[in-house]
Amino acid sequence: MSETTMQEVVERIEPVDDRPTGFRAVLAEFWSYFSENHGAVLGLFFFIGVILVAIFANHIAPHLPNQQFRDALLQPPFWEAGGDTRFLLGTDAIGRDMLSRLIYGSRYSLFIGCIVVSISLVVGVILGLIAGFFRGWVDTFIMRIMDVVLAFPSLLLALVLVAILGPSLINAMIAIAIVQQPHYVRLTRAAVMTEMTKDYVTAARVIGVRSLRLMFITVLPNCMAPLIVQAALSFSTAILDAAALGFLGLGAQPPTPEWGTMLAEAREFILRAWWVVTFPGVAILVTVLAINLMGDGLRDALDPKLKRS
Amino acid sequence: MKGEVVLEAENLTRHYKVDRGSFQKPAILKALDGASFKLVKGKTLAVVGESGCGKSTLARLVTMIEKPTSGELNITGINIVTADKYVLDRLHKKVQIVFQDPYGSLNPRQKIGHALEEPLLVNTSMSGRERREAALDIIRLVGLRPEYYDRYPHMFSGGQRQRIAVARALMLNPEIVVLDEPVSALDVSIQAQILNLIATLQEQFDLAYMFISHDLSVVKHIADEVMVMYLGKPIESGSRDTLFSKPHHPYTRALLSATPVADPFRTKERIVLKGELPSPIAPPSGCTFHPRCPSMTEICRGKPPELTEIDGCMVACYHPKTYPDGGTDEISAR
Amino acid sequence: MPLLEIKNLSVTFKTAGGEFTAVDRVSLNIAPGEIVSIVGESGSGKSVSMLALMGLLPWTATITADTLRFNGQDLKTISKKQLRQIIGSQMAMIFQEPMTSLNPCFTIGFQLTEALKIHLGMNRAERKKRAIELLDLVGIPEPQKRLAAFPHQLSGGMNQRVMIAMSISCNPLLLIADEPTTALDVTIQAQILDLLLKLQKEQNMSLVLITHDMGVVAETAERVAVQYAGQQVEKQLIKGLFSDPHHPYTQALLNSLPERSTSRILPSIAGVVPGQFDKPVGCLFSPRCQYATELCRSTPPVEASPAFGRALCHYPLAGGLPTNYPEEVSA
Repeated sequence: MSETTMQEVVERIEPVDDRPTGFRAVLAEFWSYFSENHGAVLGLFFFIGVILVAIFANHIAPHLPNQQFRDALLQPPFWEAGGDTRFLLGTDAIGRDMLSRLIYGSRYSLFIGCIVVSISLVVGVILGLIAGFFRGWVDTFIMRIMDVVLAFPSLLLALVLVAILGPSLINAMIAIAIVQQPHYVRLTRAAVMTEMTKDYVTAARVIGVRSLRLMFITVLPNCMAPLIVQAALSFSTAILDAAALGFLGLGAQPPTPEWGTMLAEAREFILRAWWVVTFPGVAILVTVLAINLMGDGLRDALDPKLKRS
Repeated sequence: MKGEVVLEAENLTRHYKVDRGSFQKPAILKALDGASFKLVKGKTLAVVGESGCGKSTLARLVTMIEKPTSGELNITGINIVTADKYVLDRLHKKVQIVFQDPYGSLNPRQKIGHALEEPLLVNTSMSGRERREAALDIIRLVGLRPEYYDRYPHMFSGGQRQRIAVARALMLNPEIVVLDEPVSALDVSIQAQILNLIATLQEQFDLAYMFISHDLSVVKHIADEVMVMYLGKPIESGSRDTLFSKPHHPYTRALLSATPVADPFRTKERIVLKGELPSPIAPPSGCTFHPRCPSMTEICRGKPPELTEIDGCMVACYHPKTYPDGGTDEISAR
Repeated sequence: MPLLEIKNLSVTFKTAGGEFTAVDRVSLNIAPGEIVSIVGESGSGKSVSMLALMGLLPWTATITADTLRFNGQDLKTISKKQLRQIIGSQMAMIFQEPMTSLNPCFTIGFQLTEALKIHLGMNRAERKKRAIELLDLVGIPEPQKRLAAFPHQLSGGMNQRVMIAMSISCNPLLLIADEPTTALDVTIQAQILDLLLKLQKEQNMSLVLITHDMGVVAETAERVAVQYAGQQVEKQLIKGLFSDPHHPYTQALLNSLPERSTSRILPSIAGVVPGQFDKPVGCLFSPRCQYATELCRSTPPVEASPAFGRALCHYPLAGGLPTNYPEEVSA
């Protein structure tokens, strides 16, 4: 026995373990947890649908979003009396096709979501990492500012910011990103602080890993799970907030076919033509619901605390 | 060179400030209060004690994660308190650590291969291929399969992870390895595998080990020298054979007698200590062990006892058990 | 008549990867006032079998057994309500982590008196008196003061004492201790083990000690069941187990203890305990067994005679050597 080297002994008894490794295995595991949540899968498929619609809007939409049909003002959907299959979901007060406007509108919603989430995620993660990593007065300074931002009602703060910057879609997005910032900072800081106490961080230090690498390569990837969930959920909040600002006339300006702005334009026709308000509203509702369901599934799949071995 | 002293600590202390609210002065926690010891190439110093005795603080000082409050720490003859940054960087590579919990000590988002290469990546200018070769070599050396290079830590069992942690500690060819309870989270059969690996590697690379543990049966197996600590202070130290056959300090004797022995035929005297470990923020006066000590007298409450030499051991006690006829202690005769 | 009678208890868990048998046909009889130890490494199913007995497993677990009898009652057929009445009063359990087994939001006194209220229906004054008595019994100094303390104000050893006080509050007939000292320091471990043995003797309880520490087993138990990968591989009296183990796993486990070795390199057991996906066809220990033959790798062994400690092995050991061992292999 003493003649056989350690290597031979191991070769002899360690069962060859040929489970798949790498990215694909991680993805497969993720999917097995994610697909347990049927609502999440439904949400994901709807969301993918919305993305496809947004990408191929100019091929799918029957008309241009701002094209006016003077002969068909406030025409009801095709199944109502007086409806026409030329305009499947009817037309608005100045004869623009509702369906086409909704299809093009999805582009704006996704655009808003993506930009807002990227800005607040990147800035929030950096601030949170700095706060959680260095602690002390830097931490206090960053966190107090975030507390102040959090102390305002979010929509009100966004309104104030837009009022200062001037009403436009870009400014609305910046305002919403600032409003959402503190959530990311807090989440990142909390995650970083938990990870910093783990042995592998100490081990990396003993090896000689420097602060910058420690922050971004060692610690950050381990904090991503809650951040991804938060990103998914705040995607829908961003769409909602943008719609609200649009409705108040401070977001996208007419004639942009943004869903919130469309709602605002149609306000006066609520009683006469239900379709002009209902469809943009339903579009917002369903998209936000789908993203939220998807976010729930993400949380189930990514949160190690809920993982059943 | 065998027998070369690679680390020398003289009266090492580490105090922490503990905040007690805004209206009180912060308390001083003496996590480590005057430890002196040497690490020798190819030899193992075991540090033994219960939780709160300052073992982990000692590990943090020796690995230079923290600086000592006072005292001297010389690593390969260089005083780390006065050394400049460049020299310190070089010293950092010479001391590595293996942690207790094999689940927390590996980055869950880092492939094993990358974890092993990281020390080389940040400290040397080796090429990617050279690093990979080195990582694969060490994977084989600790008895794992080279195919494991691309795997994440969660695919391994506790014993395998501990092998990986040992491998990572060896990547920079250190002279000193601090083993912080490396086997206490492992099953018995796996524990033997890791102990064997550690012993083999020590012979192969002539490493100096600081083996921190609370398990005396493991210490007896692996150590050359033993240092017993209580509340931040070493209370008895000496060679393994003397310490286990002739324990002098009452606390050492209590520890030995409290350690369960896997032999139902032996009836041994068991010294069950009264009470619990006192708070290190407000340690008892004099000898810190006196409230729990079975042979306590008035003198123990006064001045703390100095370390004095008895039978080749350094003992800090006013009433050490002595062995005049060269006999051994009945509680530890195994 | 035994106090507890378990025959062929199996527990299967439904997992994402299919069924996983955590406990495989385990049998155990415990007489009143006896100390029995269940030894095994992690994954040997030693805790799961006892949790199954107490009905404390999650819904994913399927429990089957031929007999499951406690103090004359059939645990398989009684209602959930009756089972709840037995658990905590006649049968109690303490766990490994004293810090997490107590609810951090309530005082020691509140948690201690809760069981008294539910099971014994005592009034307030009686409960308080009994709680103080219990704390005194488990060696907690100044019990009156401690009643108002929260778990985080006490040390791990003290919390474990409180757990023990809670478990013996209704004078149980059987106490199951699941690794009661693993999280504690050596000197505190000695205190707690002494306390458990003292209480066991005074109250004449039966004690089931679940542990992985052979030292603890040797110093406390009378009878031992060794478990490996969900199966009971050997049952013996304590002295016999340490002097003449009949199953190769027990033998290898004892040899790998640092305190029993003489050389610097320990005779370790190579490999790891088989998991859900790599269970061998034959004997579960065969991939790691130094005596394994073709027969072991292909056919699951049957229980040997009581003289061989009911070892689950084709060639149960006697005097450290396998019996009925095929000549051509040993030659």
